[in-house]
Amino acid sequence: MRIALPVEDKSMESTICQSFGRAPYFLIYDTESQESVFLDNQGAVSQGGAGIKAAQTIVDSKVKALLTPRCGEQAASVLSAANIKIYRTTNDSIRDNIEALTNGTLVLLDEIHAGFHNHRGR
Amino acid sequence: MINVRIAVLSGKGGTGKTIVSVNMAAVAEESTYIDCDVEEPNGHLFFKPRDLGTEEVFVRIPLLDDQLCDGCRRCVDFCRFNALAYVNNRLIVFDDVCHSCGGCVMFCPQQALSEKSKVIGEIRKGVSGGVSVITGRLNTGEASGVPIIKRLLTYIPRSPKPVFIDCPPGSACIVMESIKDADYCILVAEPTTFGVHNLNMVCELVKLFGKPHGVLLNKCLDAYNPAEDYCVRNEIKILGRIPFDKALGRLNSYARIPVRESEKYRELFKALLHTVTKEVRDETVVNP
Ligand code: SF4
Ligand code: SF4
Repeated sequence: MRIALPVEDKSMESTICQSFGRAPYFLIYDTESQESVFLDNQGAVSQGGAGIKAAQTIVDSKVKALLTPRCGEQAASVLSAANIKIYRTTNDSIRDNIEALTNGTLVLLDEIHAGFHNHRGR
Repeated sequence: MINVRIAVLSGKGGTGKTIVSVNMAAVAEESTYIDCDVEEPNGHLFFKPRDLGTEEVFVRIPLLDDQLCDGCRRCVDFCRFNALAYVNNRLIVFDDVCHSCGGCVMFCPQQALSEKSKVIGEIRKGVSGGVSVITGRLNTGEASGVPIIKRLLTYIPRSPKPVFIDCPPGSACIVMESIKDADYCILVAEPTTFGVHNLNMVCELVKLFGKPHGVLLNKCLDAYNPAEDYCVRNEIKILGRIPFDKALGRLNSYARIPVRESEKYRELFKALLHTVTKEVRDETVVNP
């Protein structure tokens, strides 16, 4: 199964990024072949709709699941339109979370955050 | 004589920007007060204007014809606000993220996109004594208040009455839009170090637009005032000082207009209005 994770750097030893839309990179990982690819997240530098852009990248990489600490409302609606499951990560280790997913111990992310659309003071 | 347009700004909310613009408009007696703080318009709470009607503000957002779309995704790549996504052979439009630039509609090679109207807020017109009170309000969750500001500024009357524009806090694009037509900018500053940081940001903004400006020091105590120090160091005109005063705070919390209740404040704001009007006149002589 192909899965995606927001990560801080282009390495399996890197950590999971706390933000999905603003993560610098995405790891696309194949649990069968154990192949890994790192993608730039163009959403990270965009002026708005970062989550939507990030979700589009994830959809286009044809993954079945996203492992992330959090996810915004708009990103979640893009992902669900593509039937991508969103799992909540348990710590910031990439390997721990991939292992947890294959063992079936990761749970689906149920609280989706309303995006921070407030432009005040910026 | 053409009317003077005075914008009142501050780096953040709560510095007294609304108090200043409301009182200046009230002390001018015959004037127009425009509330551009569309996410939290407060001026009307003070004026309690007699209602003269409401206008809805619309924007144009893209409407998709599924039959014509061939999935080329040109629109998705074009939209710099990322309001579009293409998933499962379907285009998704995020209405709340769209900034109504119209680009996607123009560039769709299949003419699959057209425009539809959507209400994003309203403009309320009223009157309080001699003051026309124009209030803009953006519905919550909408992407940008700029279309409302643009509409609000068309309410500036062609009369010699001065206009006071109560701007949104901060220095984002919506503030730039609000000061575009202003002849003069009053920057309201608090006497704190954090206040100076905010003041510096709005100062940069008004300079960028080449707007003549001055600072009004609010909540002044007898102690050292970092905002005053900032003005002196940067050679920025100090328009006046409003003392920190419990009575003022009280009138404020009851949403009363001090210049309509107290001689002391009437004098203070009259002097301020006089200073600003003189500044504007001097500017037009130097920079016609
Ligand atoms: S540009 Fe037009 S045809 Fe292409 S994906 Fe967008 S709506 Fe469809
Ligand atoms: S109108 Fe502009 S902002 Fe709105 S979806 Fe189209 S390209 Fe994006």
